[in-house]
Amino acid sequence: MFLINCPYCGERDQQEFKAGGEAHIERPKQPTELSDDEWAEYLFMRKNIKGVQFERWNHTHGCRKWFNMVRDTSNDEIKAIYKMGEKPPSQ
Amino acid sequence: MRNKYSVFSLIKNALSYHENWQRAWKDPKPKKEYDAVIVGGGGHGLATAYYLAKKHQMNNIAVVEKGWIGGGNTGRNTTIIRSNYLWDASAGLYDHALKIWEGLSQELNYNVMFSQRGVMNLAHNLQDVRDLKRRTHANRLNGIDAVYLSTEEVKKFCPIINTSPDIRYPVLGGTLQRRAGTARHDAVAWGYARGADEMGVDIIQNCEVKGIKRNGDSVEGIETTKGFIKTKKIGVVAAGHSSVIANMAGLRLPLESKPLQALVSEPVKPIIDTVVMSNAVHAYVSQSDKGELVIGAGTDDYVSYTQKGSHQIVEGTLNAILELYPIFSRMRMLRQWGGIVDICPDASPILSKTSIKGLYFNCGWGTGGFKATPGSGDLFAHTIANDEPHKLNAAFNLNRFVSGDLVDEHGAAAVAH
Repeated sequence: MFLINCPYCGERDQQEFKAGGEAHIERPKQPTELSDDEWAEYLFMRKNIKGVQFERWNHTHGCRKWFNMVRDTSNDEIKAIYKMGEKPPSQ
Repeated sequence: MRNKYSVFSLIKNALSYHENWQRAWKDPKPKKEYDAVIVGGGGHGLATAYYLAKKHQMNNIAVVEKGWIGGGNTGRNTTIIRSNYLWDASAGLYDHALKIWEGLSQELNYNVMFSQRGVMNLAHNLQDVRDLKRRTHANRLNGIDAVYLSTEEVKKFCPIINTSPDIRYPVLGGTLQRRAGTARHDAVAWGYARGADEMGVDIIQNCEVKGIKRNGDSVEGIETTKGFIKTKKIGVVAAGHSSVIANMAGLRLPLESKPLQALVSEPVKPIIDTVVMSNAVHAYVSQSDKGELVIGAGTDDYVSYTQKGSHQIVEGTLNAILELYPIFSRMRMLRQWGGIVDICPDASPILSKTSIKGLYFNCGWGTGGFKATPGSGDLFAHTIANDEPHKLNAAFNLNRFVSGDLVDEHGAAAVAH
């Protein structure tokens, strides 16, 4: 349980948000040419880092917009929040 | 040779004020090299070592544990054991474990306090009714005892449940597996540790894995806080930290680690003599032998390794508990805690070889691994010893995420995630 500073609405309770998993996983440009192994990598395999991780979140009970977050999963400390399409901050 | 626990040893030790009991396992320093090393000294890891030594004659092996044995999810779960899963592959896996549970105390000469008090799963809406009836039929086709109960039969089996039709999520029926029940979690870890230690397995506590040394496509050993240990076979049974170990070897797994919470009340006289689970309203409860109500809550839906979890998750579970059991309204809660569970996209575990020779993973048990402890250890030991899965865990390989042959058990997992 923690507070999240939505880039559109400001600081709100984490309950209003939904975690969308690892960020910056790019959808395959040519899906028809992907091998089964590449599909498995894209769909299922995750870094699941203990430490600083890049994630997508959605303000489901607010503005319903997606944004990115850099969070330390070992203590739930949020390091940075940035909008979709913006360049991720360097660590 | 280890002394056998019996009524005679109890009397003998009582005469010396219980001051001369033999140690249950040694505290060895790591050797330079082992035939296999198990990473993780929880129930599954210790069971794996036990069966490697017992059934596959691999006695020059070690279990390395970063904390103390049984101090992770083995000591944090709600101890429910059942095998009423939907698909054939899962039914085979979980019922294999349940059959071992039935003789485990005798096998280990250690009372794991296995109690077949039955597990009841409740239905609260029409879809639940259809799903649970389907699951009951599937269970019976697989030789697993399961019956479907009407609302009246639910009330008769567990009278303290509120079956009034005017509650928010009325009880429309339920299923019952009578062979299911609970066991004492610490005793499972200690019993397997004692058994494995007796057969020569080194159980090395306070020894954290810091790296995995590879030579091309095979493993050479592990770097630990107690130095380098050479080995050709590494079995990783690290639950919520499986991805952390996988990342050391340059592998990615289809897992996300999330906090799962549980809580216990103050101890009271016997009031509930079974285990009742409700998937839809997310509440499950049983009573420990000490008299505490043991209540399982849900997972937070974001990746976290904090071992705590959010307050609203507990609040939601207790709301549901109070609606189903108004009699508990004045109970005080004693403790609340969290454990980190590794969740697979199909809510089924992975017991598998990997693309790296000599590296094996037993993970992805998510919210329900305790029940499988003996079966998981047995099958994982088989996989490590033969470098091939047993037929009961063949479906639970890593390759299913490539082939698409998933074992979707979200419905039977009983914890929404």
